[in-house]
Amino acid sequence: MKKLILGLFMTVLPALSLAAAPGVPLDTMEADHTNKASLQRGAATFMNYCAGCHSMEYARYKRVSDDLEIPAELFEENLIFTGAKIGELMEIGMDKDQAASWFGNAPPDLTLVSRVRGEDWLYSYFRAFYKDDSRPLGVNNAVFDNVGMPHVMVAQQGLCAVPPKIGTNPSVDPLSGNVRGTDICDDWAIEGSMEPGEFNQAMYDLTNFLSYMGDPVKVERERLGILVLIFVAVFFIFAYLLNREYWKDVH
Amino acid sequence: MNKLINWVDERLPIVDAWNKHLAKYYAPKNFNVWYFFGSLAMLVLVNQLVTGIWLTMSYNPSSEGAFASVEYIMRDVEWGWLLRYLHSTGASAFFVVVYLHMFRGLMYGSYQKPRELIWIFGMLIYLVLMAEAFMGYLLPWGQMSYWGAQVIVNLFGAIPVIGDDLSLWIRGDYLISGITLNRFFALHVVALPIVLLGLVVLHILALHEVGSNNPDGIDIKKNKDENGIPKDGIPFHPYYTVHDLLGVAVFFFVFFLVLFFFPEMGGLFLEKPNFEPANPLKTPNHIAPVWYFTPFYAMLRAVTVDLFGLDAKFWGVVVMGAAIAILFVLPWLDRSPVRSIRYKGWLSKIALAIFAVSFVILGYLGIVPATEGRTMVAQILTTFYFLYFILMPFYTRMEKTKPVPERVTG
Repeated sequence: MKKLILGLFMTVLPALSLAAAPGVPLDTMEADHTNKASLQRGAATFMNYCAGCHSMEYARYKRVSDDLEIPAELFEENLIFTGAKIGELMEIGMDKDQAASWFGNAPPDLTLVSRVRGEDWLYSYFRAFYKDDSRPLGVNNAVFDNVGMPHVMVAQQGLCAVPPKIGTNPSVDPLSGNVRGTDICDDWAIEGSMEPGEFNQAMYDLTNFLSYMGDPVKVERERLGILVLIFVAVFFIFAYLLNREYWKDVH
Repeated sequence: MNKLINWVDERLPIVDAWNKHLAKYYAPKNFNVWYFFGSLAMLVLVNQLVTGIWLTMSYNPSSEGAFASVEYIMRDVEWGWLLRYLHSTGASAFFVVVYLHMFRGLMYGSYQKPRELIWIFGMLIYLVLMAEAFMGYLLPWGQMSYWGAQVIVNLFGAIPVIGDDLSLWIRGDYLISGITLNRFFALHVVALPIVLLGLVVLHILALHEVGSNNPDGIDIKKNKDENGIPKDGIPFHPYYTVHDLLGVAVFFFVFFLVLFFFPEMGGLFLEKPNFEPANPLKTPNHIAPVWYFTPFYAMLRAVTVDLFGLDAKFWGVVVMGAAIAILFVLPWLDRSPVRSIRYKGWLSKIALAIFAVSFVILGYLGIVPATEGRTMVAQILTTFYFLYFILMPFYTRMEKTKPVPERVTG
């Protein structure tokens, strides 16, 4: 019976692999929510460069400050620019209708963007801007074609004159998890203040922060998960012994 | 304690009920692993009810507040994330155990006389469960919630003459809106759970009236000892209560492994687009229902020809409906003199294997975008699915069955 089922699977499987639409090639990154330093740097980058236009309206500053171990006072002084109290949701002042008329679309809320797009996409997208004079803002993106967002970090990354090479080689060392200092651009139209490796690291941190924001309970969840599984395993042993004791008299 | 029990028992037959359904309910002693899934379904049902009640305490059933309130539960409510994941993982787990429970019924002929009513109540439970899951999926008000509901409700629009009015009536609006959300919420948390619980009671009462089937498909009541107790029967409590604890432990291990480490199950249990709030103006590139509906969704998409002046979509809906409806008449399609697959002939064995494999592959095809090749595969497999039932009266009678033993074989 089992062999028959397996055999049938084998005969039909090849038919299933018939062409799935290939996506844009992406660089990969492995998020690490336990790396507090990286998350703190990512939070700083987000608040300084992204939070002007992008809200995180489902999350609260306080939670970020607690989880990332940034003292509340320091956080309020340096990372909240809207005058909000630390217990409030991370909203922005920009009017959505006006924003839509400026950029074509209102900048989306980013609380859950890592769970919609995935970390690889974000990490690739941040580094994939290039010069394109046919676009209203003069830039395009190799990962998100005809993007409506300006290249916010042009002063840091610089501006590539041609579409950057994304997804061609892994830019995170799979063994150590370190970001490799590979240059993804052959021809810079504008030089940035950061070295390519430095910028990759900054974007890794930013992506890591967004990943954390999408799933802030991940570390705690997995820690608890281990304990729960150990408990269930121990419970199984006792359930097994109890069952064996009772079933002794069934013949 | 005994005094209290006596006091109640004189006024309500609790001792009688305890004996009838547990302590003196004689179940066959040869249950195998396939017999865990009934009690596991009960366990998951309780999980859904309890976590559902607590989620309702913080959920906001309005189009303006639903999405944000789910994130509020995930971030601000104490243990809210755990309640929500218990509920969302539980929904998928429910279908996993119910599908395995149903497959057990197919294998061992548990639907055959005299258990037709048990099977029919079970099928009604399955139907209500699908409605419950479908309506529950709208509540987080994400993109896939919204567009999934849009697609499914629009299916009713394919019915000639009344279709458009019918889908309008279901939605309460011209498109899925806050009105739809409110009524789905009411049905999901009040109406359908009541129906579901009632059906579960009927399912179990009917089962305890005729007694449980077993992997040999033997009627254990034919062989009783001097006290009128079936020789192959053992009291459900304590033997199967302690036995089911083992099943619970194994189930919990897998369940919690998913819940704590893969709550999205790679997009199968929680689809990625559902982390974006519903937007009526932006259709996702690829709309797929949650995995437990996909076999039927694949059948729907497999129908591509217009017939008798009616749209292919309508015939797709007919095929999808028929795929579920045909399960109801199963007890009268099986003409085999034996119940269990163990003693049926090789025709039944092959038919069941093809059926099960077709169903699983259809489930896969319903998840991925349709291509020409895949649609063709889906058409063939849909045909297999129906042939299993349509040809059943013939192959179950034609084939040579093996002799059924007098006593259970363990």
